[in-house]
Amino acid sequence: MNFHSGAAQLAPLAIVIPIIAAAVLLSVGRWLPRTLIDVLATGTAAATVGLDAALFAHTAGGRVVTWASNWTPKHGHSVGIVLVADRVGSGAALLAGALMLCALVFSWRYFDSVEAHFHALMLLFLAGMTGFALTGDLFDMFVFFELMGAVAYALTGFKVEDPTSVQGALNFGIVNSFGAYLTLMGIGLIYAHTGQLGLAQIGQVLDRSPLDALVVIAFVLVVTGWLVKAAMVPFHFWLADAHAVAPTPVCVMFSGIMVELGVYGVFRVYWTTFSGILPPDDIRRALLVLGILTAVVGAVMCLMQRHLKRLLAYSTIAHVGLFICAAATLDDSGTAGAAVYVLGHAGAKSALFLLAGVILARYGSVDEATLHGKGRDAKATAVLFAVAGLALSGLPPFATSLGKAIGEDALLARGYWIGPVLFVAVSALTGGAVLRAGARIFLGLGPVPAEDQQQTSGDQEERETQSLPRMPATMMLAIVTLVAGCLVCGIYSPITHALGRGATRFVDHAGYAQQALFGRAAHSVALPTGIDWTTLGVALGLTSTVLALLVAALGLYAEKIRRAAERVLDPFAMVGSGLRRLHSGHVGDYITWVFIGVTALAALVGIPLRQ
Amino acid sequence: MSHYAYFVAGALVLVGGFGIARSRNLVHATICLSIAQAGTYVLLMAVGYQTNAPAPVFGSTAKPTKQVVDPVVQSLCLTDIVVSATVTALLLALSIQIAKRHDTVDPDELVALQG
Repeated sequence: MNFHSGAAQLAPLAIVIPIIAAAVLLSVGRWLPRTLIDVLATGTAAATVGLDAALFAHTAGGRVVTWASNWTPKHGHSVGIVLVADRVGSGAALLAGALMLCALVFSWRYFDSVEAHFHALMLLFLAGMTGFALTGDLFDMFVFFELMGAVAYALTGFKVEDPTSVQGALNFGIVNSFGAYLTLMGIGLIYAHTGQLGLAQIGQVLDRSPLDALVVIAFVLVVTGWLVKAAMVPFHFWLADAHAVAPTPVCVMFSGIMVELGVYGVFRVYWTTFSGILPPDDIRRALLVLGILTAVVGAVMCLMQRHLKRLLAYSTIAHVGLFICAAATLDDSGTAGAAVYVLGHAGAKSALFLLAGVILARYGSVDEATLHGKGRDAKATAVLFAVAGLALSGLPPFATSLGKAIGEDALLARGYWIGPVLFVAVSALTGGAVLRAGARIFLGLGPVPAEDQQQTSGDQEERETQSLPRMPATMMLAIVTLVAGCLVCGIYSPITHALGRGATRFVDHAGYAQQALFGRAAHSVALPTGIDWTTLGVALGLTSTVLALLVAALGLYAEKIRRAAERVLDPFAMVGSGLRRLHSGHVGDYITWVFIGVTALAALVGIPLRQ
Repeated sequence: MSHYAYFVAGALVLVGGFGIARSRNLVHATICLSIAQAGTYVLLMAVGYQTNAPAPVFGSTAKPTKQVVDPVVQSLCLTDIVVSATVTALLLALSIQIAKRHDTVDPDELVALQG
């Protein structure tokens, strides 16, 4: 039994240090000068990154298990609470820390009048996400989920004087809280059924129990909360509202890691607790159906936006669909693909959000139509925007392209030919939408689009800073770091291989319980197949990039062709505008969709099991 | 008694959700969210309940060997209540701010975020 390695201290510290720093900032922050607050917050984020990196390094040989107050298990039983850090979990924590560091560095020159409670909230947010990624206990997952949720609502509504901001925050808060309560119902049912709350302990009991309706209902309820956070269709409505109105540094955290942690939660819970009892074919089918739906709806909605931040938000929904599809192969290769894709997406998408923030700071709008040709003088911003947009569309050798290629490969290996088609189409549509917006803003290409009163335009967006004549060095540093990170993760294979081996451990149901409950050392794991660059992967990446450029050009110039085509494709246009009208900004509608989504998920998982 | 509490729990969640869906006032919607959450309290309590068992406080009335109701779900419930208080307070504060900025708290009249 080995529960007493030195690395066991790292996981609790990574959660506690940001909380302590947040408490300090909240209590004495009002008397501190702004520079000191920035230094304290950025330093804390950097320290957390250091701890997460050390933890990540230690997980090479297996999971790092920490029992709170040394309540280590005897014969697999313990009353204690456990943190279990593995490669994927500590990698997610590390990504959250790194993004927080970039967001805070970006905020140095952003938000002139901001007070210490912004930094305190950001650090609490980081603590919640780190805890969610590292815990090995189902109820603790709920607690950290609620911590990051409550802080996220407050951060979304941070610009309390902005009418859209408070409305977006309220929609976000009500929908996410309702999802979280469904999760808690599921946790209650699981506890009633198994008498356990630890992930590994629940898994041990479920492995020996028969499959009945209660287990299915509990699974559906537990994952519903995570899926609301992951913004899977039809739980996704809050995301565009929240992303469109949240301050830019907060959007980076939302799109880069918070939404992805929802996906992480679903698969963490499935692999550690339910994979011994729920048949994988059943779960795979259910998640693939909803994942494909998410990807398609997100991509179509993304293409129809003119509000820059909403455009990026819908692109995040589309990519979440792809992450779910890749991980829903329920094997090590697909999981590795999803992990690499999340990493690359975090770099590219966060950079794009920060660039949207720079555009707002310089021109006072995030509306693609109003900004037409305004950015001709902003050379550096334009180049970074183009590079990040191309990375999003899957251009090799960025990590987005590698993750996409691994995911496509894993789906093909399972016989899903639709996998590569979907991945290429979604990358092309979302990347094309971003490139179209960039070409309009920075090059002034194409005619000025017509006004549409039915749509959120982004022209009313409040400035978050004083008008900036040029991009400050700290903002530039944050953006360049993110884009470079996306590139490095695609080229430098040790990172991909570490995540690949981590994915093999992530899907190891028995190994997780053996190490968490009995302290047995982990087996060494082989690299999953197909997680390096292949000719097919590069070809599909280049295809999606070329298609994205084509989509962008069509969006810019083909007004006449589009009008003619719209007449022919009239029913399709109706589907499009109908889809847009569903995104009503009405919280009651969103809750109704949550009910519909839960019912659909229960039907997809439950009905095939009756035969 | 045995199944009654579970039905109440499920009904509270459904009624709360239905209330939010049909709500014409954001304060009403926030209270409906609390009602849905009350369903989770009832469920957790029902899971730990045992007929004729005392509260899990060992002393002169309850010897450590005596069967008591499950304290774990009670602590879960306490955590849940803390979460509820935070979220409700935050949502009510946001409702006040919405009333100030939009001059309405009717979700049907909030049209700033569409498409």
